[in-house]
Amino acid sequence: MQRVTKGRNYAAIAALDRLFLIAIYAAAALFVLLVIMLFGSLVKGAWPSLLKFGAAFLWTSQWNPVTEQFGALPLIFGTLVSSFIAIVLAGVVGILAAAYLAEFAPSWLARPLSFVIELLAAVPSVVFGLWGLFVLAPFVRNDLGPFLQKTLGFLPIFSGTIYGTSLLTAGLVLAVMILPTVTAISREVIVAIAQDLREASMSLGATKWETVAKVVLPASRVGIFGAIVLALGRAIGETIATTMVIGNRPEIAASLFAPSYTLASVIANEFTEANGALYIGALLELGLLLFVVSFIVNGLSRLLLYAVLKGDRA
Amino acid sequence: MRKTLVLTFAALFASAIPGAAATTLTGAGSTWDYPFFSKAFYEYSKAHGDVQVNYQSIGSGGGIQQFTARTVDFGATDVPMNAKELAAAESGGGGSVLQVPVVLGGVSVAYNLQGVNQLKLTPGVLADIYLGKIAKWNDPAIAKLNAGAKLPDSAIIVVHRSDGSGTTYTFTDYLSHVSPEWKTKVGASKSVSWPAPSAVGGKGNEGVAGQITNSPGAIGYVELAYVIQNHMPQAMLQNAAGKYLEASPEGVRAAAATRPDVTPTSFSIVDTKCAACYPIAGYSWVVLYANPQDKTRGKTLKDLFSWVSGDAAQKIASTLDYVPLPDNVQALAAKTLAQMKV
Repeated sequence: MQRVTKGRNYAAIAALDRLFLIAIYAAAALFVLLVIMLFGSLVKGAWPSLLKFGAAFLWTSQWNPVTEQFGALPLIFGTLVSSFIAIVLAGVVGILAAAYLAEFAPSWLARPLSFVIELLAAVPSVVFGLWGLFVLAPFVRNDLGPFLQKTLGFLPIFSGTIYGTSLLTAGLVLAVMILPTVTAISREVIVAIAQDLREASMSLGATKWETVAKVVLPASRVGIFGAIVLALGRAIGETIATTMVIGNRPEIAASLFAPSYTLASVIANEFTEANGALYIGALLELGLLLFVVSFIVNGLSRLLLYAVLKGDRA
Repeated sequence: MRKTLVLTFAALFASAIPGAAATTLTGAGSTWDYPFFSKAFYEYSKAHGDVQVNYQSIGSGGGIQQFTARTVDFGATDVPMNAKELAAAESGGGGSVLQVPVVLGGVSVAYNLQGVNQLKLTPGVLADIYLGKIAKWNDPAIAKLNAGAKLPDSAIIVVHRSDGSGTTYTFTDYLSHVSPEWKTKVGASKSVSWPAPSAVGGKGNEGVAGQITNSPGAIGYVELAYVIQNHMPQAMLQNAAGKYLEASPEGVRAAAATRPDVTPTSFSIVDTKCAACYPIAGYSWVVLYANPQDKTRGKTLKDLFSWVSGDAAQKIASTLDYVPLPDNVQALAAKTLAQMKV
């Protein structure tokens, strides 16, 4: 030890330290720069459309490449609703599964199960899309849809003609796709909760179930919330699988059985064959909107989290 | 932005090709042409060991852009370049542009109706279905054409391509020809705003086919080659001569042969009038600069596409369920290529 310190060149070490500091600052700055540049190039590309349609782009419903009339409202609607369905379903199932894996499952079962769930996360989205189109869509059309309509048909969201490729199918496929994210992260978070909390709860006479529901889950909710926000981001941006099962119709319908369209799907569908500055501009403006929508959703969830935590302390 | 992206990919792909061929030609464009091109270019390289052709199927729009930016030797597009695009290419320093028809194909109307093995449709009825004016299968207009068929009292689900495609262009071009209402309300384009309230979009031929197969009561248009390979039931369409025909390579070839005078400005071969003509058909085109700067490359290009539009390569096309160009159109292609100054 002594010998090593004696030979140290302090000036060199200080320089190295500074270099390291610069490197990490640069790495962090790179992200900010990337976001700004992406935003900038989207705005630049979308400029013709921004000029022509202005803010009306947000609340008009026509998407007509022939007459070059573009409005994004049905696409924003489709994006938000399909992601909302997905996050509600995947949120409930994912958190329950995570609680089971972390607290209840014996380790000989928990390990392989976690592995399978993580494997699900590695399946390419086009595979989910194909499965959705050939398996889930007929199931929704022939079984799930008629069942929902018979039992809950008085609700407008379950009314009308049942299409196989619809908002509901897209929401279901997205739910399956984001389930691994919710489950895997939530499980990690729950496992990381201090053992003391569990022991304290048990020693007060709480049952295992009470401990999980009233102590462990509340203690891990910030992390779980993070998992949900991450999963929501993936649902909003998912392109190929959604495109294959949502029916691609730019229209706002009350029914979940009707086809819809998302921002990402339109770009995926039409970008390769688009021509003319205005058309390409409108498609890039959709990209810009996707950017903004993700930003708002992220911001809102952070606000919500902040409000929840503040309410706690009071 | 797209251009940079495409260029990056082009560079990546180009560098991935091993070997030291004397000439490597690059092209980009139509996805529809890709299966034919990859087979044909492979055969060409086998016969001409010093020539490699590297084709990227990035879509017609991207192909035209890259051709205009002169980052590729040739472009391929399902709809010929229009006056504005030509002007852009010419003023970009490339000089005048030649457009050569190289691939021919048809679009068939597939449907899914259990117990109905034969379905006859007139152009007017097909247009009304796609306009949403005929919404049920047992509509009198359909029943009248199909006496004896057990048409159900169910909604017609209208399926279309959701991705921009030459197939959609050909189909909407056809509807515009046979229905004035379609022409004014919707028009012909690679992507349109579909008026039928029951319209759903599928991505690619496989997406549309999947939707049709999975939804009883669906009707949709699918590329002929895809329908043949997947044995989908297709409707018989009445042509301008009054005959009812299913789409077939022979019907498309007959239709193309009636218009030997196609030009890049008057290229539509839909709704042709002959007894054997299938009415929904279209070409895909290769675009080349008439006066290439590099004469050796130009010579190779000219030779390549003379071969591609000739009999030998068109036979390869027919094995892939494209329709071989009729003789008079092959002659037209040869005449156009002869204008290349090399």
